[in-house]
Amino acid sequence: MLMQFIRSFKFLILVSLLVLPIIFNQIGMSFYLDLATRLCILAIAAVGLNLILGYGGMISFGHAAYLGLGAYAVGIPAHHWLYGGLDFLATNNGFVHITIAVVISGIFAFLTGLICLKTKGVYFIMITMAFSQMAYYLFVSIEEYGSDDGLVINTRSQIPLINLDDPIQMFLVSFSSLIFFMWLVHLITKSNFGLILSGIKDNEARMIALGYNVYLHKLIAFVFSGIICGFAGVLLGNFTTFISPEMIDWSRSGELMFMVILGGVATVMGPLFGAIVFVILEEVLSSITIYWHLPFGLLLIAVVLFFKGGLSSLLSK
Amino acid sequence: MDYTLLLIQILNGIQLGVLLFLVASGLTLIFGILDFVNLAHGSIYMLGAFICASLTYELDSYLFAVILSLPIIAIIGYTFEIFLARPLYARDHLDHVLGTFGAILVIDTIAHLIWGPAGIAIPLPNYLDGQITISENIEVPTFRLLIIVVGLTAAFGLLWLVNFTKLGMLIRAGASNRTMVAALGIDVRTLFAIVFAIGATLAGIAGMLIAPITEASLGMGNNIIITAFVVIIVGGIGSVKGAFVAALLIGLIDTLGRSFLDDLFKVFMSTAAAENSAPAISSMSIYLMMALILSFKPKGLFPPRIR
Amino acid sequence: MKKVLAAIIFCNFLVPSAFAADVKIGFVTTLTTPAAVIGKDMKNAVNLALDHLNGKAGAHNIEVVFGDDGFAPDTGKQVTDRLLKQDKVDIISGYIWSHVLLASRKSVLDAGRILISSNAGPSQMASKLCHENFFSASWQNDQTPMAMGEVFNKDGIKSLYIMAPNYAAGKDMVAGIERTFKGQVVGKDLTKWGADAQLDFSAELAKAKVSGADGLFVFYPGAASGAFTKQYHQAGLKDLLPLYSVFTIDGISLPKLQAANFSGIVGSKVTQQWDPSLDNEANKRFVKDFKERFGKYPSFYAAQSYDTINMIASAVIAVDGDMSDLAGLRSALKSANYNSVRGKYSYGNNNFPIQNFYLREVVEDSDGNWTTEVIDTVLTNHQDPYAAECKLK
Repeated sequence: MLMQFIRSFKFLILVSLLVLPIIFNQIGMSFYLDLATRLCILAIAAVGLNLILGYGGMISFGHAAYLGLGAYAVGIPAHHWLYGGLDFLATNNGFVHITIAVVISGIFAFLTGLICLKTKGVYFIMITMAFSQMAYYLFVSIEEYGSDDGLVINTRSQIPLINLDDPIQMFLVSFSSLIFFMWLVHLITKSNFGLILSGIKDNEARMIALGYNVYLHKLIAFVFSGIICGFAGVLLGNFTTFISPEMIDWSRSGELMFMVILGGVATVMGPLFGAIVFVILEEVLSSITIYWHLPFGLLLIAVVLFFKGGLSSLLSK
Repeated sequence: MDYTLLLIQILNGIQLGVLLFLVASGLTLIFGILDFVNLAHGSIYMLGAFICASLTYELDSYLFAVILSLPIIAIIGYTFEIFLARPLYARDHLDHVLGTFGAILVIDTIAHLIWGPAGIAIPLPNYLDGQITISENIEVPTFRLLIIVVGLTAAFGLLWLVNFTKLGMLIRAGASNRTMVAALGIDVRTLFAIVFAIGATLAGIAGMLIAPITEASLGMGNNIIITAFVVIIVGGIGSVKGAFVAALLIGLIDTLGRSFLDDLFKVFMSTAAAENSAPAISSMSIYLMMALILSFKPKGLFPPRIR
Repeated sequence: MKKVLAAIIFCNFLVPSAFAADVKIGFVTTLTTPAAVIGKDMKNAVNLALDHLNGKAGAHNIEVVFGDDGFAPDTGKQVTDRLLKQDKVDIISGYIWSHVLLASRKSVLDAGRILISSNAGPSQMASKLCHENFFSASWQNDQTPMAMGEVFNKDGIKSLYIMAPNYAAGKDMVAGIERTFKGQVVGKDLTKWGADAQLDFSAELAKAKVSGADGLFVFYPGAASGAFTKQYHQAGLKDLLPLYSVFTIDGISLPKLQAANFSGIVGSKVTQQWDPSLDNEANKRFVKDFKERFGKYPSFYAAQSYDTINMIASAVIAVDGDMSDLAGLRSALKSANYNSVRGKYSYGNNNFPIQNFYLREVVEDSDGNWTTEVIDTVLTNHQDPYAAECKLK
């Protein structure tokens, strides 16, 4: 199994992703390292979304909220640590940031999930979006943290032995987190819980008839997915050192969805492929022309019309 | 309490509601009958505004521009249906979302290439550019009254179409049970194309009506599509009556919220706190309302009964 | 498919610029979204400046690399990073929006480059975030509305109704008015801003009308400016509630407003540190050539961008092209020793200009085009109110 994986194309992609950006950085093109870091972070969020969207069939249009919450979980304590106020919250400690992010994302997912999961289909899509819009307007209204202007912090989370200010270490932390979460989600989907989730996606009525507590399973998956995205948010906040409500905007949720769908839902590598293509295309196309949305849109349409199953199915041919 | 101000704001709320209805009605029909999630509906609204703006300058008359733009938008809607919507009917909603999002990007960029990044202001003829005095204290801009009139006419026209014509009967049947309609020998493909064209035209009209007030500008569709989706969710997907009620409700809540919420807040909060939180809460208000309604009626206010 | 993917990654090698200029200037502005009209005006002004200089500062070639911030702070930051790390520019300038500037600031200053704002003037950059490598070629946000506040006092306006968008710059404008205005603010509406900004002001205009105020003050930049002025005109408020605005009616919006015949705004009053009618050699040449080439009057955004390029050119000459001589560049920029289209001005300790602010009225010029004209100097050699909070001397 392991040898088969190592010889597969997927492994090649992962190794390239690890090695190429570092090489580029050493030869003076540090821009690509930044690109790769951002890619890994978005891929983590896509992995989280894939858990409920791909495997669970729950189309959440509000997942960018968790990225934002995670980012603010870094930004707000760091802001107070730098500039004073709210001493109980002022800290630079990375573990505290991560804990806050996980707890807040989990609570937000739990409370909104309680309501959202009572609905189905497009109603579910809209109500998840509604909640993320509420989060957006909430952060816009808090002047202390910059509101529309965003929160600028001059420091990154402090973690023992690791210096996140070093771009290579930042990248390695993001990359290893990505591998970790991909592996974790893979384990979940192969577990009993994961199988039940797929069953729910396939035919909810049957699962209910079989006696499973469908609502509870969906809620647990929903919360877990939110937490993964919240963690990605912590990395994002650290990476950009600039946190704004725009991170929560519905178009960002849309971008996450597209990464998942583009890459192929319910696959391990799908979110990563989607993130790679999305970020690289965005970069390449936008440096060629300011009208890059046109070829990008056409590409999206082409993928939907002609490549069912996303890139994952394409690449495994 | 200043009653004249309240009345004016109610009229403003109705105007907003009526515009929302024009956009949402097409959306709910397309979603309800064709089961197609069309994010690009807002882009058609934008095209309606731009085409009408260009024609107004060419023909030197807003009214002729509107009359000429209507068939153009209908054709655009029809073309969109054939090339993008039709191949996607068999797929799931997720693919609709992705595909129509791509369409938004394409249409927005094409609009940028054709009309440039600046918005286009539409000059109105003098008789539409003034105010009408309703009573000694109440003066309303003429054009806004026109919007209400046109919107209500379209609303009643649509309700008549849906409830009292054969086409309307087919539409309602299609919303209830598409397969049965096809099985009964109705040419579903043409029916769908017609419904799509009607929906597009309504959205286009909304664009043509709002543009003289706020300019035809890029991305105007992306702002209204979300609110339109909120309207159809609250109203019940596939229900024109639901879209009408929900649109008016949302238009009124949004307008009255913007006008009076800060005064309301000042009753029990400091002025500074009220001024900061009121805009945020009023932006959230329609989403709060949607969440509230969905928790009691998960399928909206007037969902069509599915057999 | 694998090959396509690999090809996409590797074709990035081809993207960096083909020829090496002596001095590379990065210019971040908005080239997409409806706000791109502003970016276009700035880009035109930059290109005009380069033409006037024949592409040279002294003996050195200068080249400008434009970046598009898409009206979003994180895109702006990304494009700033790209300009610094990939295009390897020597100096970064531009920035229409305060929030984009604040997001990008650290990238530029950490990289040890000079940052020049051609428009945005947030109070933080003038106070606690001031930096020796940051210069403003424009103004500080509060100054223009402070000038307007003085205008109200002079015009005898006792009660005022305010409308502005609910974001940091909007609040700065309101704060600026409240610093200098001695009358009473009878109503204040902060309308929704951001990606889906509120463009229908029926509710707020109705409130303003019944408030009985002597004047209406607004700040509606970008797409909102056309929408607001139209609705103001349609509500017939010209005689009932005179309009005073900042950053709303300018060289960009006026041609459109004139085409749509919104006569309600002719005669309204604006304050700014520059006007097309200012009588100095540099300005006369700038306005004349801009009109000839681009068919319209330049906006203040354009004027500031033109100044930015000339300011940088003067600094390049002073250090004789040695862009690593930061101290030399700094002192050259600080001396403001170039022909600015606003006339002579100087820099304060926080590297923001100390300059005049003028009262301007919307008029029709001799060719029948709507433009603005200076009718009074409101503030002379005015320094922003945050200079004392900056730790630079």
